[in-house]
Amino acid sequence: MAPIEHKTADASKADERIKQVGFLTHMMRRPELGAIAGLILIVAFFFLTADRSMFSLSGAMTILAPASQLGILAIAAALLMIGGEFDLSIGSMVAFTGLIFGVALTNFGQPLWISIIVTMLLAAVMGAINGQLVIRTRLPSFIVTLAFLFILRGLTLVGLKWATGGSTQLRGIGEVAGNGVLKHLFSGVAFQDFFSWLAANGLIEKFDNGVPKVTGVPVSVVWFIAVALLATWVLLRTRIGNWIFAAGGDANAARNSGVPVDRVKTGLFALTACAAALVAIITVLDAGSTDARRGFQKEFEAIIAAVIGGCLLTGGYGSAIGAFFGAIIFGLVSIGLTYTKFDSDWFQVFLGSMLLLAVLFNNFIRRKVTGER
Amino acid sequence: MTDIKAEAAPPVIEVKNIVKHYGSVIALSGVSMTVSQGEVLCLLGDNGAGKSTLIKTLSGVVRPSGGEFLVEGKPVAFTSPRDALDAGIATVYQDLAMIPLMSITRNFFMGREPVKGIPPFRRVDFKHCSEVTREEMHKIGIDIRDPNQAVGTLSGGERQCVAIARAVYFGAKVLILDEPTSALGVAQTSMVLKYIHQVQQKGLGVIFITHNVRHAFAVGNRFTVLNRGKTLGTFAKSEISLEELQNLMAGGKELQALSHELGGTI
Repeated sequence: MAPIEHKTADASKADERIKQVGFLTHMMRRPELGAIAGLILIVAFFFLTADRSMFSLSGAMTILAPASQLGILAIAAALLMIGGEFDLSIGSMVAFTGLIFGVALTNFGQPLWISIIVTMLLAAVMGAINGQLVIRTRLPSFIVTLAFLFILRGLTLVGLKWATGGSTQLRGIGEVAGNGVLKHLFSGVAFQDFFSWLAANGLIEKFDNGVPKVTGVPVSVVWFIAVALLATWVLLRTRIGNWIFAAGGDANAARNSGVPVDRVKTGLFALTACAAALVAIITVLDAGSTDARRGFQKEFEAIIAAVIGGCLLTGGYGSAIGAFFGAIIFGLVSIGLTYTKFDSDWFQVFLGSMLLLAVLFNNFIRRKVTGER
Repeated sequence: MTDIKAEAAPPVIEVKNIVKHYGSVIALSGVSMTVSQGEVLCLLGDNGAGKSTLIKTLSGVVRPSGGEFLVEGKPVAFTSPRDALDAGIATVYQDLAMIPLMSITRNFFMGREPVKGIPPFRRVDFKHCSEVTREEMHKIGIDIRDPNQAVGTLSGGERQCVAIARAVYFGAKVLILDEPTSALGVAQTSMVLKYIHQVQQKGLGVIFITHNVRHAFAVGNRFTVLNRGKTLGTFAKSEISLEELQNLMAGGKELQALSHELGGTI
């Protein structure tokens, strides 16, 4: 390094030894780059092929509502994946916690707040059991949670038939949930006043009677954004975040440096289960009922969204914002095809190809950026 | 070099007749050694001599089956690597020290991130961390272009140096280096050896595990040779020649004969 000759007071404070990292390199280093690029491509594709109504406010909400439910799961799955583990039981966990929530409300007649707490606690315990099993047996989490995929799905079916006397659907949850403030935290739409104001001022579309066509943002979308922001902050700015990266990057090296790897992983499993419980509560309250197929195959969709978002299957690398965009891409493609002339049967073909592309792209970028040989 | 401390202070680490059994396998059958401040003790031994078990014992990964383990004159019984770290014993493993996908800064502070703010808003001051990392790396003559670059972009020697610098920064009294040079090229090796020397001059005790006698001889003050779970002896640098050390380590005359055959190149 050649010494800098004309140092001003400022320049000596600045990091003169650092070569300015190019904007491009800086961007390339972010794991969510692939997802953002993918999102731009997909939006461009639909812009050319889809009906204009897809890009209206109501079109956006139609896409965001399912994307947000998947996204909450995907972000939790992403954190767990960065921590070096999988959870294939997420989808079944949605069904199982949905059943617990419904039973607590209807069969046991508990108030909403107790039902929510019980559901969340039980989910956390189940998640922690998953985690402890993985850690203590040292089996791959793939196998352990695959077992739970079936166990929980089966328990849900058994429990539903027990609770309803033979049916696979538990109804009447909406009636007993009441109509308090708490319910509006988990169901319906938010910012209604704001949307009414927008409509009144002619800023958004409204019906003839003055009611806006889109009455607000679905609550799940608000949760989705909140979870994404919180997860990103935790990952990038906190000690736990560093521990998650370390636990997934190399559990032994992390342990040698004093990172409580087992506690981090157990916590992540519990968190993933709680995310499933949150989605269960939101969807069950919205539908007013729960059934045995709730959350079906969500585990794969969540993992796909996380991978599209830049998470490495081997752990130690990825981002929550990436999973956020991954879920939106998922929503765009699954709903968007109905706005085009393409048959929506093409959805799975599209999805699979996108996953493959994302993995190839992410691998390439990672090797470039981390100098891995 | 005259900076070996007077005998008044107890050695930083002293083990007496340490024994370790794994079931019916005897990994260590009575190993004794001491390390003082400002000293590089080289631990030499061929494969299977018990070097790894000894350092695992010292760093709290395994518990000894018997014998005495004193840190600064006081007996200790570590139950985890964390205990050893807290007692000032830091171990740098050959390839388990750094996480390639994480940035240099994140690796440097891994497990000991400084936090600010009040819970639940406690966060890591990564700006400060990056400054410290760059500063510490500069001190040992490694210019990192950007502390946010992944450790995977560093060379093997640089990675070892980052791991050592991290241990020093966090107040280690003794550094245990597990074959830090075995996977490195010539230039990289001399970089690491130079740094070991620098650490020693700061007054830290260093246990340098290697099976390369030349690397040991370059920086060591004393040499402890292990063979089949036992100490064959400890020698000051003035008491032993490189060749003698080599033979002792290989455990016999055969190597000497072989060495002659090959023209003294081993």
